[in-house]
Amino acid sequence: MSAVPSPGSALVFRGLTLGYARHPAVHHLDGTIPTGSLTAVVGPNGAGKSTLLKGIMGEIRPLEGEVARPGLSRRGIAYLPQAAEIDRAFPIAVFDLVAMGLWRRVGPWRSLKAHRSAVEAALAAVGLTGFERRPIGTLSGGQLRRALFARVLLQDARVILLDEPFAAIDARTTDELLALVHGWHDEGRTVVAVLHDLDQVARHFPSTLLLAREAVAWGATGEVLTTDNLRRARRLCEAWDDEAPVCRAPAATPPGHGSHDNHSHGHAA
Amino acid sequence: MIDFLTAPFVEFAFMRRALAGCVALSVGAAPVGVFLTLRRMSLMSEAMSHAILPGAAIGFLWAGLSLPAMTLGGLVAGLAVAMLSGLIARSTVLREDASLAAFYLISLAAGVLLISARGSSIDLLHILFGTVLALDDDALLLLGGISTVTLAALAVAYRPLVMECVDPLFLRSVGRASGPVHYAFLALVVLNLVGGFAALGTLLAVGLMLLPAISARFWALDLTGLMPAAVVLALLASVAGLLVSYYASLPTGPAIVLSAGMLYVVSMLLGPRGGLVWRLMPGRHLEA
Repeated sequence: MSAVPSPGSALVFRGLTLGYARHPAVHHLDGTIPTGSLTAVVGPNGAGKSTLLKGIMGEIRPLEGEVARPGLSRRGIAYLPQAAEIDRAFPIAVFDLVAMGLWRRVGPWRSLKAHRSAVEAALAAVGLTGFERRPIGTLSGGQLRRALFARVLLQDARVILLDEPFAAIDARTTDELLALVHGWHDEGRTVVAVLHDLDQVARHFPSTLLLAREAVAWGATGEVLTTDNLRRARRLCEAWDDEAPVCRAPAATPPGHGSHDNHSHGHAA
Repeated sequence: MIDFLTAPFVEFAFMRRALAGCVALSVGAAPVGVFLTLRRMSLMSEAMSHAILPGAAIGFLWAGLSLPAMTLGGLVAGLAVAMLSGLIARSTVLREDASLAAFYLISLAAGVLLISARGSSIDLLHILFGTVLALDDDALLLLGGISTVTLAALAVAYRPLVMECVDPLFLRSVGRASGPVHYAFLALVVLNLVGGFAALGTLLAVGLMLLPAISARFWALDLTGLMPAAVVLALLASVAGLLVSYYASLPTGPAIVLSAGMLYVVSMLLGPRGGLVWRLMPGRHLEA
């Protein structure tokens, strides 16, 4: 294969195409997420942002290309999905939900006793002290989100993926959780977050990937979030086309190749 | 009064055996039922109980009305249906309930066909409704073994099983336990259904697994309360069912399951955790 990952890259995409039923949702993505970076992924609905995170986690297999995670198993990545599959009717306490983050250290049998204070510290960090014994069914949406952040804290992962972590969350909670994200960044962890609030991205995230099935722009946030780029992203991200021809572009292509503007992906217009 | 409750068991060995069998079944099947209801798979166990029929039928055709042969057959058929439908759900567009429905219908029809091809209708009744009053040593050992294996397996896999129930996506993202735990749990369901079918028959095996588990929701809040509550309710239903069937000369399987049903109605009305009576007269709300 082509590029050998530099020691400073947490995730490397090589001609990565992800999708459903052969239709690409992420198309020929090439690039690197450096270790310790704080990256926002933005783009219109249906741009493939969540799909990209699922691809990184191995939840869906690439149609083509690959994701490399140098020196990291995919289980070493913490992932907070957009709509967690959590069964909130299940009678389990907040403490136990958060303690799940310890799985890689305690496994199925080891005692949680030694980690009790760590769990309590994580709950305190998200402002849920006193909620230990509450069943998860009695939490509000924002409180559950806080609990899930506490679980990510306990996972102590080098790479953290957040899919729309602040959707439907009030301003105060968002600020507190953003402070956690900055904390992770300061500790040298790699954080990738899918976000919609561009002001928030501009204020808090140094680098940005603007995705519209392909990478429209990728780099320093200030240079990516231009009116021109955003308009291009909206235009590129049209509906899926049942009649789309088979993609003929070469599998692994260097970033910034020009062929995508020419070959047809069934532009419905 | 005490005499009324104990005399049948003191006097008759077959009643003692039936009681021992039902105790074993209650202790193992009820906790499995708790997890089934919490995973919203209650009806899946019903389907599964039909799926074991052709296996039992093949065992019956091969060795006559022999419990080991029929049990082994039922076990193989049940596990095959569980694994196949799980596999198909994970690798095609079908959801697990749909693929299971397809398999169990095929399986049930095949089972009825096989039995009616050779056995009499009395044999069919035995298989469908069990023989709890004629449990021999083999059957008791089988039931005891099944409940032992069940409790041991639940203890070993408790943590990942709870995680698989609450947040399967998370368990998949942090480890490899998700698949094995799911299949191991399905295997436990099949195991307990096969055990139940020896005593209560294929149609009623689900009764002692699910009814106490569902009723337990009205008595306990979390898993540490739900599982003991379900076991206690299952034991009560077993004893009550055996006594009713003894004194009123009624078939035992239905009597046990109907007793569990009665306990369900009582729990639903009077249970302190959301029972109907408590809903009708709620206390005043708290300050915070």
